[in-house]
Amino acid sequence: MSIKKISKDQPDNFEFNKKNLEEANNIIKNYPDGKQQSAVMAFLYLAQKQNDNWIPLAAMKYIGKFLSIPYIKVYEVATFYSMYNLSPVGKYFLQVCTTTPCMIRGAYDLVNVCKKNISENQNELSKDKSCSWVEVECLGACINAPMIQINEDYYEDLDVEKTEKIIEQIKNNEKPKPGSYRGRKNSEPENNRKTLLNIKNA
Amino acid sequence: MLRDEDRIFTNLYNDFGSDVDSSQKRGDWKDTKEIISKGKEWIINEIKLSELRGRGGAGFPTGLKWSFAPKEIGSKQHYLVINADESEPGTCKDRDILRFEPQKLIEGCLISSYAVNAHICYIYIRGEYYNEGKKLQEAIDEAYKKELIGKNACGSGWDLDIHIHYGAGAYICGEETALLESIEGKKGQPRLKPPFPALIGLYGCPTIVNNVETIAVVPTILRRGGKWFSSLGRSKNTGTKIYCISGNVNNPCNVEEEMGIPLKDLIEKHAGGVIGGWDNLKAVIPGGSSMPLLPKQICETIKMDFDECVENKTGLGTAGIVVINKDQDIIKCMARIARFYKHESCGQCTPCREGSGWMWRMLERMAKGEASRDEVDMLMDVTKQIEGHTICAFGEGSAWPVQGLLRHFKKEVAKRNNFNPLVDKNRNIPYLVDQHLLDK
Repeated sequence: MSIKKISKDQPDNFEFNKKNLEEANNIIKNYPDGKQQSAVMAFLYLAQKQNDNWIPLAAMKYIGKFLSIPYIKVYEVATFYSMYNLSPVGKYFLQVCTTTPCMIRGAYDLVNVCKKNISENQNELSKDKSCSWVEVECLGACINAPMIQINEDYYEDLDVEKTEKIIEQIKNNEKPKPGSYRGRKNSEPENNRKTLLNIKNA
Repeated sequence: MLRDEDRIFTNLYNDFGSDVDSSQKRGDWKDTKEIISKGKEWIINEIKLSELRGRGGAGFPTGLKWSFAPKEIGSKQHYLVINADESEPGTCKDRDILRFEPQKLIEGCLISSYAVNAHICYIYIRGEYYNEGKKLQEAIDEAYKKELIGKNACGSGWDLDIHIHYGAGAYICGEETALLESIEGKKGQPRLKPPFPALIGLYGCPTIVNNVETIAVVPTILRRGGKWFSSLGRSKNTGTKIYCISGNVNNPCNVEEEMGIPLKDLIEKHAGGVIGGWDNLKAVIPGGSSMPLLPKQICETIKMDFDECVENKTGLGTAGIVVINKDQDIIKCMARIARFYKHESCGQCTPCREGSGWMWRMLERMAKGEASRDEVDMLMDVTKQIEGHTICAFGEGSAWPVQGLLRHFKKEVAKRNNFNPLVDKNRNIPYLVDQHLLDK
C-alpha cells in the first residue's frame, strides 16, 4: 500500500480523445460481457498517458461512468496501485529502483545524482519543470542493477557518470538509448559466457 | 554442467531473434497438433511423470494442479491465467522469457489451456514491463496470423484466445488470488482459500494459475517426453531452471541450469565469482527476497533444489540468488528488504500491515545500533506473530528474511545493539515516562 497524494489542482473535465476511446472500446472486448470492471486498470493507464502522466479525479469519474461502476471503485483501484500518479509528475519521470539487489550495487549513488541534478526531494519537479524522480521498489531487472526506469524504458547497468549523462540528455530533450549501459547483451554474463555457445538457429 | 542440447530456453540471451519464424526454426510449434491429439489425460499424465513443479516460488506439482480442474466444462467456462507479475526482488527470469521466448509461452498456453479445458487465457504482466508486454503482444499477433492460436488453433480443433492484462506496480498481485482480484478490476487483496481457484477462481469460474516459466517449459517436456525431464536433477526436484544471479558478483546473469546444481558452481562458474573472492562472501539469499538467507558455510555445499533448500531452513522460491559480500552491511540489506515488504503489504490483515512496518523500523534502528538488547528478541517475536496469521503467504514472505537474519547473524545484531533498556541509576528526571523502570 503506498501513500498517495492527490493533487490540489484538478481539471474540471476529462474525456478520452478519439484514439484512446477506440482503444478503450477494444480493451473492453477482452473481457466477458458484464465484467467490464476488469478494464478499469487499463483505462486508468490510458487516462494517465493522455493527461501528461497523471490521473485527475475527473478522469476517475469519467471512467466510472464509462464502465457503469461506482466512482469509489475506480478511486479505490487508482489509490491502491503504485503506478498511477495522482498528482503531476515531470514529462520525464525517473523511477530509481533501490531495493536490496540494486542497493548493494550502488542504487543510492544514483539517488544522489537525481537529488543533485533534478530536485532535492522525490516527486518534486526540476527547475525547468521537465523531470521528476521517485524511489521505487524492485523493478525486476536485478541482473542489470542498478537501473532506472524513465517513462517506459529501462536503463540498466548504470553508474554515477552514466546517470548524469542520461539526465543531461533528457534535459536537452534527447532520448537516451534504453538498455544496458555496459554494452552487454541483455542478461548474459559479461565476457564470461559458458552456455549456449554452440547452439545454432537450427 | 547441463549440456546445451538439454537447455530449453536456447534464446535466453536473444542471439537469434524472438519472432515467430526464428522460434519455429528453433523447434517451437513443431507437432503441436499431434501433441494435442493425444488427449488431455496423456498431457496431464506426462506432466505428472516429468515431476514438474511450479516455477513461481511455491513449487506445487503442476500436473496435480491441472488435474484439479473439472474434467468437463460445466455451466461456467474455464480460464487459464499466466502469472507474469514478476516482482520478487532478485528475480528477473520471466522478463527474458517474455522478451525472447514468447512463442514458447504462447505454445505452452495453448497446450495447457487444452489440458485444463480453457478457451480463454489471460497473461497478467506487471505494469512496469511495458516494453516486454508490447513484445509479447506482437508475438501473440504473429501467432494469430499464422493460425497457431485463435479459432481451431494449429488445426487441433481447440479454440483459444489470449489477452494481456497489465498490472500497475503491486507486488501482492503475484499472489494468485490477488492476481485474480486484480484482473476483475479490484484492489489486489488476496482471497481466503478454500475455495481454491481451480474450482472458484476468476469471475467465480474454474481457473488455473501458473507461472510463466512453468508454462513455457511444457511444450518441450511433451515433445521430448516426461522421462527426459525427470532424468535431470533428482527425484521430486527434476528438470532445468533459470537461475538469476545478482548482487555482489562479477558477472550477474541469468542462466538455465539443471535442478540441484551446487550454489557455489553457479556463483563461481557462471557469475564469475563473488566480488573480492569467495572468502569475501557474507551471505546469499537463495530464492528471492522472501526466502531466509544462508551464511557462507552453508553456501559451500548446498545444492539448489526445492527439498535441499527446505532442509537448510530456506527455500528455492523463484531461484533469484542475491549474493551479499562482506563490503555490505547485512542488517541494512535486511532493513531494506523489510522496507520493501512494508511498502507492498496490501493492508488487509493486521499482523502483516502493522508487523511489516514494525520490523522495518526496528531493523533501521538496529542497523544504526540504536536498538536495545531486548529488542533483538522482540524482533524475533514479531516475525513469529506475523508468520501463519495472515490470509496469504505474504506474511511468511516478510517474516522469513528477518528470521533468517536472526538465525545466522544474531550475534552481529546483538553486538551492535547492546545497551540496557532499563535506566538503573536514579537520575531524577521528572518528565521520564518510564518512571516505574527506575524502581527495578
